[in-house]
Amino acid sequence: MTRHIRHAALFCALLLVALLVNAARVQVLHAGDYEANPANRRDAIARYQQPRGDILVAGRPVTGSRDTGEHLRYERTYTEGPLYAPVTGFASQGYGTTLLEHTEDGLLSGAAPLLAPLPRWNELTRSRNAGGDVVTTIDPAAQRAAYEGLRSRKGAVAAVEPSTGRILALVSVPSYDPALLSGNGRTARDAWARLNADPDRPMLNRAVQRTYPPGSTFKVVTAAAALDAGVVKGLDKPTDSPDPYTLPGTTTRLTNGSEGCEDATLREAFVWSCNTVFAGLGVATGVERMKDTARDFGFNDDGLRVPFPVARSTFDTTVDRAQLALSSIGQYNTRATPLQMAMVAAAVAGGGQVREPYLVERTTRAGGGTVSSAGSSPVRRAMHPATALRLRELMRGVVEDGTGKKAAIPGAVVGGKTGTAQHGLGNSGTPYAWFISWAQHDEDMEPKVAVAVVVEDAAANRREISGGGTAAPIARAVMEAVLKS
Amino acid sequence: MSKAGITLATADPPAPTARGLPRRRGVELALIVLAVTLSVYGYCAVGLARNGTVPPGAAGYGAGLGVLALVAHLAVRWRAPHADPLPLPIGVLLNGLGLVLIYRLDLEAPGEPAAPAQLIWSTLGVALFTSVVLVLRDHRVLQRYTYLCVTVALVLLTAPILFPAVNGARIWIRVAGFSIQPGEFAKVLLAVFFAAYLAANRGALTYAGRRVWRLQLPTGRVLGPIVAVWLVSVGVLVLERDLGTSLLFFGLFVVMLYVATGRTGWIAVGLLLASLGAVAVGRYEPHVHHRIETWLHPFASIEAGEGPNQLAQSLFAFAEGGILGSGLGLGHSVLIGFAVKSDFILATAGEELGLAGLSAIILLYGLLVERGYRAGLALRDPFGRLLAVGLASLLALQVFVIAGGVTGLIPLTGMAMPFLAQGGSSVVTNWTIVALLVRLSDCARRQGGGGGGR
Repeated sequence: MTRHIRHAALFCALLLVALLVNAARVQVLHAGDYEANPANRRDAIARYQQPRGDILVAGRPVTGSRDTGEHLRYERTYTEGPLYAPVTGFASQGYGTTLLEHTEDGLLSGAAPLLAPLPRWNELTRSRNAGGDVVTTIDPAAQRAAYEGLRSRKGAVAAVEPSTGRILALVSVPSYDPALLSGNGRTARDAWARLNADPDRPMLNRAVQRTYPPGSTFKVVTAAAALDAGVVKGLDKPTDSPDPYTLPGTTTRLTNGSEGCEDATLREAFVWSCNTVFAGLGVATGVERMKDTARDFGFNDDGLRVPFPVARSTFDTTVDRAQLALSSIGQYNTRATPLQMAMVAAAVAGGGQVREPYLVERTTRAGGGTVSSAGSSPVRRAMHPATALRLRELMRGVVEDGTGKKAAIPGAVVGGKTGTAQHGLGNSGTPYAWFISWAQHDEDMEPKVAVAVVVEDAAANRREISGGGTAAPIARAVMEAVLKS
Repeated sequence: MSKAGITLATADPPAPTARGLPRRRGVELALIVLAVTLSVYGYCAVGLARNGTVPPGAAGYGAGLGVLALVAHLAVRWRAPHADPLPLPIGVLLNGLGLVLIYRLDLEAPGEPAAPAQLIWSTLGVALFTSVVLVLRDHRVLQRYTYLCVTVALVLLTAPILFPAVNGARIWIRVAGFSIQPGEFAKVLLAVFFAAYLAANRGALTYAGRRVWRLQLPTGRVLGPIVAVWLVSVGVLVLERDLGTSLLFFGLFVVMLYVATGRTGWIAVGLLLASLGAVAVGRYEPHVHHRIETWLHPFASIEAGEGPNQLAQSLFAFAEGGILGSGLGLGHSVLIGFAVKSDFILATAGEELGLAGLSAIILLYGLLVERGYRAGLALRDPFGRLLAVGLASLLALQVFVIAGGVTGLIPLTGMAMPFLAQGGSSVVTNWTIVALLVRLSDCARRQGGGGGGR
């Protein structure tokens, strides 16, 4: 019997060894697969187990965290949700994250390896660092001025500091309160359905995610290309421009909204926004040089991140001469985000240099130690410095004598350009009123702010919609807010 | 039992001194202190991880467990002084760890605490352990009750059929708020019956009967009762849909038969019967068929968009534990949902203590089984040997069936992890098993064999 007891014992030992081997298989060999399975909620639980780091504007958090005591414990709160939604985005248990909440998620949630005191420390201790904070470049006064300026009208504002690329304001209206989407309960579900069904698309960040035909504001780019290429010798020499202008190779005639454009000087044509003159200048400059200048301003760039991605602004490069003529006055396939047009204004203000725009000044640990800081952002030369000087003069003229008088600020030098873009089939769509500008306080060495405003408004009187009428006052309010601070 | 007890008691004193075997009671006490300390440490670790403070009941919990263990130890010291020093501390440690895990899971759903009831059941279990050690002076007494054992076992197994099913299985009796799983008690009784019956008939089983090819078939006369008992118990279990217990009895039956007769033919017959049964039940019983499908494709429900099933959640929990575990109180095994404190308790251990902790637990069971087999080898009387082997195999099989089930090694069948899982009947039964092992090892070590002294 002893021998058989030993056999039975061996059998029992085999059973237990099989358990150990299988445990190692599940806990070590396949652990990675199981942990990565989307149905495994542990990642989500760990992520919401601690308060999320905050997004700061001028040293004050515009976000917060609320302890719900539920399974996915901490929910996001926002102090002024609709105002900062185009900056923060939302962070929701049910619907994920967007914008800064998305691109800085690792830092805010505490998962970023950079937060750990030692490399691989967290893997070893299975701990998670407290969420870090994101300090933005936003100027709260400018942000508020833009938001209140747009009020109930659809539109967007982007403002940057020309010398650095810091984004000072990023506003999109209509906006929404991202706090509504926090959590995964019924209110969040209802809000999500309602916001997605809303034809005004409140969750669309018009300042960076949407492109508009820039209309006459694009004439700044065309003028820069023409001046750099030497197509125009001086601001006050008459250009050889017919009025109306027949688009090359067609019988279509292009006209102007104002008188006196025939053979106008560049100064006159810029101040009175002559379509005929700039269409001709674009064609004379040629598609190659137009394309290069547009690219240097930031058009046709897929890769811009601020740090969330910015929609590609386009200048069509496969055009015939008629299409080039239309493209040169900001129509046809030319499209730009408000942020791109703020960069155009900033290039003029910054002596021909474009700084890549950015939104995050620095990131910190929960205790305040800096994790990373924005270095000086990459610079690109958009035009010759002399051309920039000439364009500053032209843009000042628009504000002092032309269509942008409403943007003038006492005690400061302001340059601007209005635009009214037609769109839709047979131009039946609501026109977009544009204004791009920069401002330099009399006591300052350089312009402090460049801004782009676009307003789309079906309710307003068509004639009232012009860059000078609706968009310029908003731009002025934003510039004033920046100059005061 | 009185007569045998008295004769043995009078024969007791001279034997140990004559043999000079160390009694090892001090080792047992030290190990018990270690086991209680580890359990209290676990209890505190849960509190510290969850609330940042030592839980208020820590001292009381430690004292309670300590007193229980001490009472058991004193009983052993008094009436089984030569017993193996390992089974009792292992029982205390596993029971203590089970209480910690259940207390830890209670924190997830404060509405329905299970730890207090489990502590009461543990007390009952230790009380039963103590009384078995005190009253049962010689295991051979049990041989007299062979047919009483089997009758009671069958009654216990059949009784729940009269009660409503709980979660698809008719294995509970609910009386006055308490639910009892009589099948658990039946395990020990059946082990006793098998041991007694096989010990009495092993000659006939081994040598009699026709020979077919290389298999020696037993005669119908000896085989009849045993097959009948087996068929009835398995039949009842299939009716009650408790496949785990059915598998357990079958395995126990085959192992004990093999040890008693030494016939590999029994293993062949057993495996044949088992595979026939498995195929038939797996194919035609929807409940079991579903379990097998789940085992083969644990993530099928996720792919079907129905979310993870319990086995998938259990695997996630084990995987999260990795090698060192998340730490007590810091895992999320509660996602498993229903039965997380009973059938799936091992997943909590796997997640929070990791592969290291899980291996330690499995090795503790292994050690307990090994001590049982050692007693079996040391004993001289066939009944004692078979009983020791039977009880040890019972533990090993039970651990394999449930641990293998929750880790995806074999199809999942509902069963309690000995000592760890929530469930009063199971705890009481397992303390009885440990008590019997202590008694058997005492006999084995006292005289170098149960029959030696007489």
